[in-house]
Amino acid sequence: MSAHEIEIILSRQLADCLSVPVFIVDPEGTLVFYNEPAEKILGQRFQDTGEMRVGDWGNAFQPHDKKGKAIPQDELPLVSTIKSHVPAHKTFWIKSLEGKSFKISVTSIPIIGRSKEFSGALAIFWDNDLKV
Amino acid sequence: MKIKLHGTRGAYPTSSKETQKLGGNTSCIEIIEESQRLILDAGTGILEIDFDSYAASKRVDILLTHLHMDHIQGLGFFKPIFNPQKEIHIWGPGGSSYPLKDRLNKFLSPPLFPVMLRDIPSKLVIHELPNKPFKLGEFLITAKFVCHPGPTVGYRIQKGSKSVAYIPDHEPVLNRPELFKEDRWISGFDLCNNADLLIHDSQFNREEYENKVGWGHCTMRIAAELSKRARAKHLVMFHHDPAHTDEYRSAMFTEFVNTHTYDFPVELAVQGQEIEI
Repeated sequence: MSAHEIEIILSRQLADCLSVPVFIVDPEGTLVFYNEPAEKILGQRFQDTGEMRVGDWGNAFQPHDKKGKAIPQDELPLVSTIKSHVPAHKTFWIKSLEGKSFKISVTSIPIIGRSKEFSGALAIFWDNDLKV
Repeated sequence: MKIKLHGTRGAYPTSSKETQKLGGNTSCIEIIEESQRLILDAGTGILEIDFDSYAASKRVDILLTHLHMDHIQGLGFFKPIFNPQKEIHIWGPGGSSYPLKDRLNKFLSPPLFPVMLRDIPSKLVIHELPNKPFKLGEFLITAKFVCHPGPTVGYRIQKGSKSVAYIPDHEPVLNRPELFKEDRWISGFDLCNNADLLIHDSQFNREEYENKVGWGHCTMRIAAELSKRARAKHLVMFHHDPAHTDEYRSAMFTEFVNTHTYDFPVELAVQGQEIEI
Protein backbone atom coordinates (compact mmCIF):
# COMPACT_ATOMS: atom_id res chain seq x y z
CA MET A 1 0.00 0.00 0.00
CA SER A 2 1.62 3.25 -1.07
CA ALA A 3 1.90 6.33 1.10
CA HIS A 4 -0.70 9.09 0.97
CA GLU A 5 -0.07 12.19 -1.10
CA ILE A 6 1.56 15.02 0.82
CA GLU A 7 -1.62 17.16 0.80
CA ILE A 8 -3.49 14.34 2.58
CA ILE A 9 -0.66 13.89 5.08
CA LEU A 10 -0.63 17.62 5.81
CA SER A 11 -4.43 17.64 6.11
CA ARG A 12 -4.12 15.04 8.84
CA GLN A 13 -1.50 17.11 10.61
CA LEU A 14 -3.86 20.10 10.47
CA ALA A 15 -6.82 18.02 11.67
CA ASP A 16 -4.70 16.74 14.54
CA CYS A 17 -4.31 20.31 15.78
CA LEU A 18 -7.98 21.34 15.58
CA SER A 19 -10.64 21.20 18.27
CA VAL A 20 -13.48 20.80 15.77
CA PRO A 21 -14.30 17.40 14.24
CA VAL A 22 -12.53 16.75 10.94
CA PHE A 23 -12.96 13.82 8.59
CA ILE A 24 -10.58 13.03 5.73
CA VAL A 25 -11.51 10.65 2.94
CA ASP A 26 -9.64 9.31 -0.06
CA PRO A 27 -11.00 9.55 -3.64
CA GLU A 28 -13.05 6.37 -3.13
CA GLY A 29 -14.71 7.77 -0.02
CA THR A 30 -12.83 5.63 2.43
CA LEU A 31 -12.45 7.48 5.70
CA VAL A 32 -8.68 7.51 6.06
CA PHE A 33 -8.51 9.69 9.16
CA TYR A 34 -10.69 11.39 11.74
CA ASN A 35 -9.44 13.48 14.62
CA GLU A 36 -10.23 13.22 18.33
CA PRO A 37 -13.27 15.55 18.27
CA ALA A 38 -14.65 13.44 15.38
CA GLU A 39 -14.19 10.30 17.45
CA LYS A 40 -16.91 11.62 19.76
CA ILE A 41 -19.34 11.83 16.83
CA LEU A 42 -18.54 8.38 15.50
CA GLY A 43 -18.34 6.87 18.96
CA GLN A 44 -15.18 5.08 17.94
CA ARG A 45 -11.50 5.82 18.06
CA PHE A 46 -9.36 6.05 14.94
CA GLN A 47 -6.64 3.96 16.53
CA ASP A 48 -9.22 1.20 17.06
CA THR A 49 -11.04 1.33 13.74
CA GLY A 50 -8.35 2.41 11.27
CA GLU A 51 -9.77 3.27 7.88
CA MET A 52 -13.53 2.87 7.30
CA ARG A 53 -15.44 2.38 4.07
CA VAL A 54 -18.07 4.94 3.13
CA GLY A 55 -20.88 2.48 3.85
CA ASP A 56 -19.58 2.08 7.39
CA TRP A 57 -19.07 5.70 8.36
CA GLY A 58 -21.80 7.39 6.25
CA ASN A 59 -24.63 6.40 8.57
CA ALA A 60 -22.73 6.02 11.81
CA PHE A 61 -23.91 9.38 13.17
CA GLN A 62 -27.49 8.98 11.87
CA PRO A 63 -27.81 12.13 9.75
CA HIS A 64 -31.41 13.37 9.53
CA ASP A 65 -33.47 16.45 8.75
CA LYS A 66 -35.50 18.63 11.09
CA LYS A 67 -38.41 16.18 10.99
CA GLY A 68 -36.22 13.22 11.79
CA LYS A 69 -36.17 11.79 8.25
CA ALA A 70 -32.90 10.07 7.43
CA ILE A 71 -30.66 11.85 4.94
CA PRO A 72 -29.40 9.52 2.21
CA GLN A 73 -25.65 8.99 2.21
CA ASP A 74 -25.28 10.57 -1.25
CA GLU A 75 -26.64 13.87 0.06
CA LEU A 76 -24.01 14.25 2.74
CA PRO A 77 -21.55 17.04 1.88
CA LEU A 78 -18.48 14.82 2.06
CA VAL A 79 -19.99 12.17 -0.22
CA SER A 80 -21.13 14.91 -2.59
CA THR A 81 -17.60 16.35 -2.73
CA ILE A 82 -16.11 12.95 -3.44
CA LYS A 83 -18.41 12.61 -6.44
CA SER A 84 -18.32 16.16 -7.77
CA HIS A 85 -14.84 17.29 -6.66
CA VAL A 86 -16.36 20.62 -5.59
CA PRO A 87 -17.02 22.03 -2.11
CA ALA A 88 -20.34 21.30 -0.41
CA HIS A 89 -22.14 22.56 2.64
CA LYS A 90 -25.21 21.40 4.51
CA THR A 91 -26.91 21.97 7.84
CA PHE A 92 -28.64 18.94 9.31
CA TRP A 93 -29.08 16.97 12.49
CA ILE A 94 -27.16 14.01 13.84
CA LYS A 95 -27.70 11.82 16.86
CA SER A 96 -25.34 11.77 19.77
CA LEU A 97 -24.31 8.45 21.26
CA GLU A 98 -26.98 9.02 23.89
CA GLY A 99 -29.61 9.32 21.15
CA LYS A 100 -30.11 13.08 21.40
CA SER A 101 -30.41 15.03 18.12
CA PHE A 102 -28.29 18.09 17.61
CA LYS A 103 -27.93 20.50 14.74
CA ILE A 104 -24.65 20.69 12.89
CA SER A 105 -23.25 22.34 9.80
CA VAL A 106 -20.79 20.46 7.65
CA THR A 107 -18.47 21.98 5.10
CA SER A 108 -16.44 19.75 2.85
CA ILE A 109 -13.71 20.71 0.43
CA PRO A 110 -11.89 18.75 -2.24
CA ILE A 111 -8.18 18.20 -1.68
CA ILE A 112 -6.37 18.87 -4.92
CA GLY A 113 -2.62 19.19 -4.60
CA ARG A 114 0.04 20.61 -6.84
CA SER A 115 -0.16 17.54 -9.05
CA LYS A 116 -3.67 18.86 -9.90
CA GLU A 117 -5.07 15.42 -9.13
CA PHE A 118 -7.98 14.85 -6.76
CA SER A 119 -6.51 13.25 -3.67
CA GLY A 120 -9.62 13.15 -1.50
CA ALA A 121 -11.73 15.48 0.59
CA LEU A 122 -11.89 16.97 4.04
CA ALA A 123 -14.99 17.84 6.07
CA ILE A 124 -15.31 20.03 9.11
CA PHE A 125 -18.31 19.56 11.38
CA TRP A 126 -19.63 22.51 13.34
CA ASP A 127 -21.98 22.12 16.30
CA ASN A 128 -24.47 24.97 15.82
CA ASP A 129 -25.23 25.12 19.54
CA LEU A 130 -21.59 25.59 20.41
CA LYS A 131 -20.88 28.90 22.07
CA VAL A 132 -17.50 30.37 21.14
CA MET B 1 25.89 3.70 -9.37
CA LYS B 2 28.30 6.25 -8.02
CA ILE B 3 27.05 9.21 -5.99
CA LYS B 4 29.24 12.25 -5.55
CA LEU B 5 28.41 14.89 -2.96
CA HIS B 6 29.42 18.30 -4.31
CA GLY B 7 27.50 20.47 -1.87
CA THR B 8 26.19 19.47 1.55
CA ARG B 9 25.30 22.77 3.29
CA GLY B 10 21.87 24.26 3.60
CA ALA B 11 20.75 27.87 3.43
CA TYR B 12 23.86 29.64 2.14
CA PRO B 13 27.43 28.78 1.16
CA THR B 14 30.15 29.36 3.68
CA SER B 15 33.86 29.81 3.14
CA SER B 16 34.88 29.94 6.77
CA LYS B 17 37.77 27.73 7.81
CA GLU B 18 35.57 26.10 10.41
CA THR B 19 33.21 24.63 7.81
CA GLN B 20 35.62 23.23 5.25
CA LYS B 21 35.77 19.67 6.52
CA LEU B 22 32.09 18.95 5.82
CA GLY B 23 32.15 21.52 3.06
CA GLY B 24 30.83 25.00 2.41
CA ASN B 25 28.94 24.48 -0.85
CA THR B 26 25.17 24.30 -0.92
CA SER B 27 23.14 21.32 -2.12
CA CYS B 28 24.24 19.43 -5.17
CA ILE B 29 24.89 15.76 -5.80
CA GLU B 30 25.86 13.92 -8.92
CA ILE B 31 24.79 10.40 -9.81
CA ILE B 32 26.92 8.56 -12.33
CA GLU B 33 26.32 5.26 -14.05
CA GLU B 34 28.87 4.46 -16.71
CA SER B 35 28.69 7.35 -19.19
CA GLN B 36 25.45 8.77 -17.91
CA ARG B 37 25.05 11.37 -15.22
CA LEU B 38 22.31 13.18 -13.35
CA ILE B 39 22.73 16.31 -11.29
CA LEU B 40 20.41 16.73 -8.32
CA ASP B 41 20.01 20.34 -7.25
CA ALA B 42 22.09 23.24 -8.41
CA GLY B 43 23.45 24.85 -5.27
CA THR B 44 27.01 26.13 -5.38
CA GLY B 45 28.18 22.52 -5.33
CA ILE B 46 27.38 22.32 -9.04
CA LEU B 47 30.39 24.54 -9.68
CA GLU B 48 32.64 21.69 -8.49
CA ILE B 49 31.52 19.38 -11.28
CA ASP B 50 33.94 18.86 -14.13
CA PHE B 51 31.56 18.53 -17.05
CA ASP B 52 34.27 17.86 -19.61
CA SER B 53 36.60 15.27 -18.15
CA TYR B 54 34.25 12.31 -17.85
CA ALA B 55 30.71 11.36 -18.79
CA ALA B 56 31.08 14.12 -21.37
CA SER B 57 27.82 14.61 -23.13
CA LYS B 58 26.06 17.30 -25.05
CA ARG B 59 23.11 16.88 -22.73
CA VAL B 60 23.03 17.78 -19.02
CA ASP B 61 20.03 16.84 -16.85
CA ILE B 62 19.52 18.77 -13.63
CA LEU B 63 16.75 17.67 -11.26
CA LEU B 64 15.76 20.38 -8.80
CA THR B 65 14.02 19.50 -5.57
CA HIS B 66 12.73 23.06 -5.16
CA LEU B 67 13.65 26.63 -5.88
CA HIS B 68 14.98 27.85 -2.55
CA MET B 69 18.16 29.77 -3.22
CA ASP B 70 20.55 27.19 -1.76
CA HIS B 71 19.34 24.72 -4.38
CA ILE B 72 19.59 26.96 -7.45
CA GLN B 73 22.26 29.55 -6.79
CA GLY B 74 24.86 27.69 -8.88
CA LEU B 75 22.51 27.46 -11.83
CA GLY B 76 23.49 30.76 -13.36
CA PHE B 77 27.22 30.13 -13.09
CA PHE B 78 28.05 26.57 -14.08
CA LYS B 79 29.98 26.40 -17.34
CA PRO B 80 27.72 24.34 -19.62
CA ILE B 81 24.95 26.91 -19.37
CA PHE B 82 27.09 29.35 -21.38
CA ASN B 83 28.10 26.77 -23.97
CA PRO B 84 25.89 26.92 -27.10
CA GLN B 85 26.78 23.30 -27.85
CA LYS B 86 25.15 22.10 -24.64
CA GLU B 87 21.57 21.11 -24.07
CA ILE B 88 20.57 21.74 -20.46
CA HIS B 89 17.43 20.02 -19.24
CA ILE B 90 16.14 21.38 -15.97
CA TRP B 91 13.49 19.35 -14.18
CA GLY B 92 11.56 20.63 -11.21
CA PRO B 93 8.20 20.75 -9.47
CA GLY B 94 5.39 22.77 -10.93
CA GLY B 95 3.63 25.26 -8.68
CA SER B 96 -0.08 25.62 -7.98
CA SER B 97 -0.36 28.80 -10.04
CA TYR B 98 2.92 29.67 -11.73
CA PRO B 99 4.82 27.32 -14.03
CA LEU B 100 8.37 26.29 -13.20
CA LYS B 101 9.77 28.46 -15.98
CA ASP B 102 8.17 31.62 -14.59
CA ARG B 103 9.41 30.86 -11.12
CA LEU B 104 12.96 30.15 -12.32
CA ASN B 105 12.85 33.29 -14.38
CA LYS B 106 12.45 35.34 -11.21
CA PHE B 107 15.98 34.33 -10.26
CA LEU B 108 17.54 34.13 -13.71
CA SER B 109 16.71 37.68 -14.73
CA PRO B 110 17.70 41.24 -13.72
CA PRO B 111 18.09 42.61 -11.14
CA LEU B 112 19.06 39.34 -9.41
CA PHE B 113 20.99 37.99 -12.40
CA PRO B 114 22.42 39.95 -15.35
CA VAL B 115 21.32 37.59 -18.13
CA MET B 116 17.72 36.90 -19.06
CA LEU B 117 16.68 33.26 -19.13
CA ARG B 118 15.88 33.58 -22.84
CA ASP B 119 19.39 34.92 -23.57
CA ILE B 120 21.28 32.04 -22.02
CA PRO B 121 23.57 30.64 -24.78
CA SER B 122 22.98 26.93 -24.19
CA LYS B 123 19.82 25.26 -25.33
CA LEU B 124 17.72 25.34 -22.19
CA VAL B 125 14.76 23.01 -21.81
CA ILE B 126 12.62 23.30 -18.70
CA HIS B 127 10.41 20.37 -17.70
CA GLU B 128 7.81 20.25 -14.98
CA LEU B 129 8.07 16.90 -13.27
CA PRO B 130 5.43 14.38 -14.28
CA ASN B 131 3.23 12.81 -11.62
CA LYS B 132 4.48 9.36 -12.56
CA PRO B 133 7.93 7.75 -12.57
CA PHE B 134 9.85 8.50 -15.77
CA LYS B 135 13.07 7.40 -17.38
CA LEU B 136 16.16 9.38 -18.24
CA GLY B 137 18.41 6.96 -20.07
CA GLU B 138 18.87 3.98 -17.79
CA PHE B 139 17.70 5.82 -14.68
CA LEU B 140 14.14 5.43 -13.43
CA ILE B 141 13.17 8.61 -11.60
CA THR B 142 10.38 9.06 -9.11
CA ALA B 143 9.64 12.51 -7.74
CA LYS B 144 7.11 13.03 -4.96
CA PHE B 145 6.03 16.15 -3.16
CA VAL B 146 7.30 16.19 0.41
CA CYS B 147 6.73 18.34 3.46
CA HIS B 148 8.76 21.55 3.05
CA PRO B 149 7.56 25.13 2.47
CA GLY B 150 6.76 25.78 -1.21
CA PRO B 151 6.57 23.20 -3.98
CA THR B 152 9.27 20.70 -3.01
CA VAL B 153 9.94 17.15 -4.10
CA GLY B 154 12.23 14.38 -3.02
CA TYR B 155 13.70 11.96 -5.55
CA ARG B 156 14.23 8.26 -5.85
CA ILE B 157 16.68 7.31 -8.58
CA GLN B 158 16.75 3.68 -9.57
CA LYS B 159 19.00 1.74 -11.88
CA GLY B 160 18.33 -1.98 -12.00
CA SER B 161 18.06 -3.22 -8.42
CA LYS B 162 19.92 -0.24 -6.93
CA SER B 163 18.29 2.91 -5.68
CA VAL B 164 19.20 6.16 -4.01
CA ALA B 165 16.72 8.48 -2.33
CA TYR B 166 17.53 12.18 -2.07
CA ILE B 167 15.41 14.36 0.21
CA PRO B 168 17.66 17.21 1.25
CA ASP B 169 14.99 19.49 2.72
CA HIS B 170 12.29 17.68 4.61
CA GLU B 171 10.20 17.84 7.75
CA PRO B 172 8.56 14.39 7.80
CA VAL B 173 6.34 15.32 10.74
CA LEU B 174 5.35 18.76 11.98
CA ASN B 175 5.92 19.40 15.66
CA ARG B 176 5.58 15.78 16.70
CA PRO B 177 8.24 13.89 18.58
CA GLU B 178 7.64 10.70 16.58
CA LEU B 179 6.73 9.65 13.07
CA PHE B 180 3.14 8.53 12.57
CA LYS B 181 2.73 4.85 13.36
CA GLU B 182 1.38 4.04 9.92
CA ASP B 183 3.93 4.18 7.08
CA ARG B 184 1.30 5.60 4.70
CA TRP B 185 1.18 8.79 6.74
CA ILE B 186 4.89 9.55 6.57
CA SER B 187 5.93 12.17 4.06
CA GLY B 188 8.56 10.77 1.70
CA PHE B 189 8.15 7.18 2.85
CA ASP B 190 7.75 5.66 -0.62
CA LEU B 191 10.89 7.38 -1.86
CA CYS B 192 13.01 5.92 0.93
CA ASN B 193 11.44 2.48 1.01
CA ASN B 194 14.26 -0.10 0.85
CA ALA B 195 16.63 2.41 -0.73
CA ASP B 196 20.27 1.38 -0.84
CA LEU B 197 21.23 4.91 0.09
CA LEU B 198 19.20 7.70 1.67
CA ILE B 199 20.57 11.23 1.58
CA HIS B 200 18.35 13.16 3.95
CA ASP B 201 17.91 16.45 5.75
CA SER B 202 19.07 16.33 9.37
CA GLN B 203 19.80 19.96 10.09
CA PHE B 204 18.59 20.36 13.63
CA ASN B 205 19.09 18.97 17.06
CA ARG B 206 16.00 18.71 19.26
CA GLU B 207 16.39 22.09 20.93
CA GLU B 208 16.84 23.89 17.63
CA TYR B 209 13.83 22.19 16.12
CA GLU B 210 11.57 23.32 18.94
CA ASN B 211 12.07 26.92 17.79
CA LYS B 212 11.92 26.14 14.09
CA VAL B 213 8.80 24.03 13.62
CA GLY B 214 7.45 24.43 10.11
CA TRP B 215 10.74 25.65 8.64
CA GLY B 216 10.86 22.45 6.61
CA HIS B 217 13.81 20.70 8.22
CA CYS B 218 14.18 17.90 10.73
CA THR B 219 16.34 16.50 13.45
CA MET B 220 18.99 13.83 13.10
CA ARG B 221 16.75 11.53 15.06
CA ILE B 222 13.71 11.91 12.80
CA ALA B 223 15.93 11.36 9.74
CA ALA B 224 17.31 8.17 11.28
CA GLU B 225 13.87 6.97 12.36
CA LEU B 226 12.55 7.50 8.84
CA SER B 227 15.49 5.57 7.45
CA LYS B 228 14.83 2.75 9.90
CA ARG B 229 11.10 2.60 9.21
CA ALA B 230 11.70 2.59 5.45
CA ARG B 231 14.45 -0.01 5.80
CA ALA B 232 16.94 2.16 3.93
CA LYS B 233 20.33 0.51 3.99
CA HIS B 234 22.58 3.52 4.51
CA LEU B 235 21.81 7.03 5.76
CA VAL B 236 23.82 10.10 4.88
CA MET B 237 22.87 13.12 6.98
CA PHE B 238 22.69 16.16 4.77
CA HIS B 239 21.91 19.90 4.79
CA HIS B 240 24.34 21.10 7.43
CA ASP B 241 23.50 24.43 8.99
CA PRO B 242 26.11 26.93 7.72
CA ALA B 243 26.05 28.58 11.14
CA HIS B 244 27.36 25.35 12.64
CA THR B 245 31.08 24.79 12.53
CA ASP B 246 32.30 21.33 11.59
CA GLU B 247 33.30 20.86 15.20
CA TYR B 248 29.82 21.70 16.46
CA ARG B 249 28.13 19.57 13.81
CA SER B 250 30.43 16.63 14.52
CA ALA B 251 29.74 16.94 18.25
CA MET B 252 26.00 16.91 17.52
CA PHE B 253 26.47 13.78 15.46
CA THR B 254 28.66 12.06 18.06
CA GLU B 255 26.11 12.76 20.76
CA PHE B 256 23.40 11.38 18.51
CA VAL B 257 25.15 8.12 17.61
CA ASN B 258 26.23 7.61 21.21
CA THR B 259 22.62 7.66 22.33
CA HIS B 260 20.91 5.87 19.43
CA THR B 261 21.60 2.54 17.80
CA TYR B 262 20.70 1.59 14.26
CA ASP B 263 21.53 -1.50 12.28
CA PHE B 264 22.56 0.44 9.18
CA PRO B 265 25.45 2.86 8.61
CA VAL B 266 24.74 6.48 9.49
CA GLU B 267 27.20 9.22 8.61
CA LEU B 268 27.49 12.94 8.04
CA ALA B 269 27.65 14.08 4.43
CA VAL B 270 31.07 15.38 3.45
CA GLN B 271 31.64 17.56 0.41
CA GLY B 272 33.71 15.65 -2.14
CA GLN B 273 32.60 12.28 -0.77
CA GLU B 274 31.89 9.50 -3.24
CA ILE B 275 29.60 6.59 -2.45
CA GLU B 276 29.22 3.51 -4.58
CA ILE B 277 26.07 1.44 -4.35
